[in-house]
Amino acid sequence: MTTHAHWTAVCSQNKLVPDSGICALIDDQQVALFYVKKEQAVFAIANHDPFSQANVLSRGLIGSKGDNLFVASPVYKQHFCLKTGRCLDDETTQIQTWPARIENGLVEVFF
Amino acid sequence: MSKTKLVIAGNGMVGHQFLQSLADSGRLHDFDVTVFCEETRLAYDRVHLSAYFSGATAEDLAMGNADTYRNWGLTVLTGETVTGIDREYKSVTTDKGRELSYDKLVLATGSYPFVPPVPGHDRPQCLVYRTIDDLDAIAAAAKNSKIGTVVGGGLLGLEAAKALTDLGLETHVVEFAPRLMAVQLDNGGGAMLRQKIEALGVKVHTEKNTQLIDAGEQCFHKMNFADGEVLETDLILFSAGIRPRDELARQNGLEVGERGGIVINNVCQTSDPSIYAIGECALWNKQIFGLVAPGNQMAKVALSHLLDGSDSFTGADMSTKLKLMGVDVASIGDAHGNTPGSRNYTFVDERAEVYKKLVVSEDGKILLGAILVGEAEQYGTLLQYMLNGIHLPEYPDTLILPNRGDDKQTGLGVAALPETAQICSCHDVSKADVRMALDSGCCTLADVKGATKAATGCGGCSALLTDLVNHELEEMGVEVNRDLCEHFPYTRQDLYNIIRIEEIHSFDELLEKHGRGHGCEICRPAAGSILASCWNDYILTENNVSLQDTNDTFMANMQKDGTYSVVPRVAGGEITADKLIVLGQVAKKYNLYSKITGGQRVDLFGARLEQLPDIWQELIDAGFETGHAYGKSLRTVKSCVGSTWCRFGVDDSAGLAIDLENRYKGLRAPHKIKFAVSGCTRECAEAQSKDIGVIATEKGWNLYVCGNGGMKPRHGDLFATDLDRDTLIRYIDRILMFYIKTADRLQRTSVWMENMEGGLDYLRQVIISDTLNLAEELEQQMDHVVDTYQCEWKTTLEDPQALKRFRHFVNSDAPDSNIVFVEERQQIRPATPQEKAEIQAEPIKLVS
Ligand SMILES: Cc1cc2nc3c(=O)[nH]c(=O)nc-3n(C[C@H](O)[C@H](O)[C@H](O)COP(=O)(O)OP(=O)(O)OC[C@H]3O[C@@H](n4cnc5c(N)ncnc54)[C@H](O)[C@@H]3O)c2cc1C
Ligand code: SF4
Repeated sequence: MTTHAHWTAVCSQNKLVPDSGICALIDDQQVALFYVKKEQAVFAIANHDPFSQANVLSRGLIGSKGDNLFVASPVYKQHFCLKTGRCLDDETTQIQTWPARIENGLVEVFF
Repeated sequence: MSKTKLVIAGNGMVGHQFLQSLADSGRLHDFDVTVFCEETRLAYDRVHLSAYFSGATAEDLAMGNADTYRNWGLTVLTGETVTGIDREYKSVTTDKGRELSYDKLVLATGSYPFVPPVPGHDRPQCLVYRTIDDLDAIAAAAKNSKIGTVVGGGLLGLEAAKALTDLGLETHVVEFAPRLMAVQLDNGGGAMLRQKIEALGVKVHTEKNTQLIDAGEQCFHKMNFADGEVLETDLILFSAGIRPRDELARQNGLEVGERGGIVINNVCQTSDPSIYAIGECALWNKQIFGLVAPGNQMAKVALSHLLDGSDSFTGADMSTKLKLMGVDVASIGDAHGNTPGSRNYTFVDERAEVYKKLVVSEDGKILLGAILVGEAEQYGTLLQYMLNGIHLPEYPDTLILPNRGDDKQTGLGVAALPETAQICSCHDVSKADVRMALDSGCCTLADVKGATKAATGCGGCSALLTDLVNHELEEMGVEVNRDLCEHFPYTRQDLYNIIRIEEIHSFDELLEKHGRGHGCEICRPAAGSILASCWNDYILTENNVSLQDTNDTFMANMQKDGTYSVVPRVAGGEITADKLIVLGQVAKKYNLYSKITGGQRVDLFGARLEQLPDIWQELIDAGFETGHAYGKSLRTVKSCVGSTWCRFGVDDSAGLAIDLENRYKGLRAPHKIKFAVSGCTRECAEAQSKDIGVIATEKGWNLYVCGNGGMKPRHGDLFATDLDRDTLIRYIDRILMFYIKTADRLQRTSVWMENMEGGLDYLRQVIISDTLNLAEELEQQMDHVVDTYQCEWKTTLEDPQALKRFRHFVNSDAPDSNIVFVEERQQIRPATPQEKAEIQAEPIKLVS
């Protein structure tokens, strides 16, 4: 376990797929990374889908509902907010998120 | 309590309805039911009998089904006629010498065609038109005939005339009265109908009284008329009215009417309270009802009485609307203006051959009757005016005058209808029933049709039902919002047209010009699908990749544990031994679970994301192509071996299936599309349950459309018959492209058809008669898709950029430790959560 969270470089920026997701392994944790073109921002959330118990959120479609950016699970289609990890269809469910950014051509996650 | 012994004589349309209602009532277990069915076939749809000549089979027409009846616990004896009733001992005897006692007896014996006792009426090739056997006899007689003549120019006679023209005969209609359809039409209407029918090549002879039929000189028969004229013909069909089959009643002293018919009271009991009569054999208030809807009503009433209910029969409206040889004809209520003081409005357009008449009350406030020939769109509206006594508009003639487009349609607002207004007469569905269906959760037209059966009979009420459903939904505050989603204020059809017309090639451009926000999992794949249908670019270009569902992105089907299944194309289900071996080798090497699909190919399960490219490289090297099992696109063309091997086959179904699959592979559509091709009418490929079904005939191919298996099965509609191969393919091109152009998102062809205004006829007009002038465009669009086909897996394997995505982790080669398999029946399957916990999730070894 890491004691101090810090910005961890994960991969080069060009591995990101615009308006879509990829998955990274950070400290044995599966992290889904999404690059949203219009916002020019990268988001990091858990890759584990709590509804299907499969590690697949990075393969979902992204979109927006009002002001919320979300990824829709590819299995049963629940929506998870990219910023907060809240499930937009079920208030009791929230998944982990991490701050993420692009620095010097690298994708970094505060982990 | 011992069961009531219930005997039913007759298993026609009404007899069947009686059994259906009994089953629906949940009270089958209170009865011991025996049904005698004189015909060798169980009940079938006599109303659509003529469809038998345009391709429908006896199975298509069937209503009663031996398995269903058996499940209901009925004893059904086909080919057995009740010949006697002993009312004292309460038993029946049959022509097979059986004797059976009853507690209650239901007579549903229908009627028989009246054949005038003209000398010579019993010569060979003198036939009637009532049963499937009759039709078989007509078809056989037509084979060596050139000229056919129908005696009787009523409703059924004209339908029979249509059948004779369909069989390729020169057709004559001989009518005793001075006009056609004398019961339903007046002189003006009859004359217009005659004009239109003669234009179709049928020769009409009115005021002809046949006195003798004897041998002809050029033809088999000569008909001699009272006025001295003669007509030579090879085949004669009598359609001079029907007579109730009341012989059992007569033998046993049950009360019958002066001119026949078993007298019944308001609960359908005959003069013997243990015996009921229903349908065309019954006489209520001195009236016989020669239509199926009142018969069905009687069936329900008789049953209700048996079950101690309180329904009663109160008569029925005999208004009719039908299409005779493509001519719309309708007759409503007091069409002849027999009501004292009634007044008429008539409209005649001799150029367009349209005749319309309204009969209104003396004060002009109430509609009493109407006649429509040549155009009958207003039938539903007028019928409601008449049935519900709704006050007419100030100028009633606006109801029949042509709408030139600048004035508002004067149709009756559905809001004005009372709750009791009957919307669908075939299935007796009222406005209240429709509202109840909506209240209990139906929210589309298709839902309401499914729940109430409204508009699924003759279809005459579809337009009215659509209006009513939309109106009610709006009233309920359900905004009938057809926007695709919050990002696009358009329907899918709008977006399709926008993309085509503005030649938009990317989602970003579409969103910028016509949408807002970031898109979502609804509009992205919808746009992706439309872009693919229109331009057929590679789906994983930078522009397209964010539009694809995970299945399309990785060109495989994601399963519940995040692994994928792989399905290579096996066109028509035909595969060489070598290729079969390759599939086995690949499955073995990558330890994949193998299953044969319903679409005649092989599905390999349990592939991890990072394995997909290697698996596909091996498959493509062996000559396979992607199977698009992951796409909303053409899936498979199932086939039987056809004439090449099968001793029944009449054409090469497998060959056609392969060609069709290769033509349409890669075509993306609003939903998946399945085809099948059978080599003969035995239909081993189950083509009638597919979006596009093709069945070989002696003369070509029959095309069925918009069938579906799955959750809501739907029998395909027979779209066209005996097509040659080129025409078949062109029709399919057009139908598919028209579907792609006009369907909603994720709408299968079956639902598309159900919701299509004008239904099958409309589709035929667009595709065959090209009424929208679209045919050429649709064909070109399809040609473009066919010409730009690529195997997406092949393209992907050649693109290092695209291949980068086929790793579970962007920064590690480790597999997903969450994927765990156990063995079952000698193959892998995903481990359950408990099993996973037990195994302690040691990552399984990668096969290199
Ligand atoms: C070509 C054609 C087109 C039609 N079009 C329309 C239409 O568009 N709209 C409409 O509403 N109606 C139409 N009709 C009329 C409709 O078919 C009848 O109203 C309906 O079939 C009546 O049903 P039923 O059960 O009373 O009689 P049927 O359907 O005639 O059934 C009676 C059955 O009982 C059997 N039977 C008789 N006596 C005995 C016995 N003693 N023992 C055992 N079995 C016996 C008969 O063989 C028959 O099978 C049409 C009819 C025809 C022929
Ligand atoms: S559909 Fe006809 S041709 Fe095809 S297998 Fe069956 S019987 Fe043979």
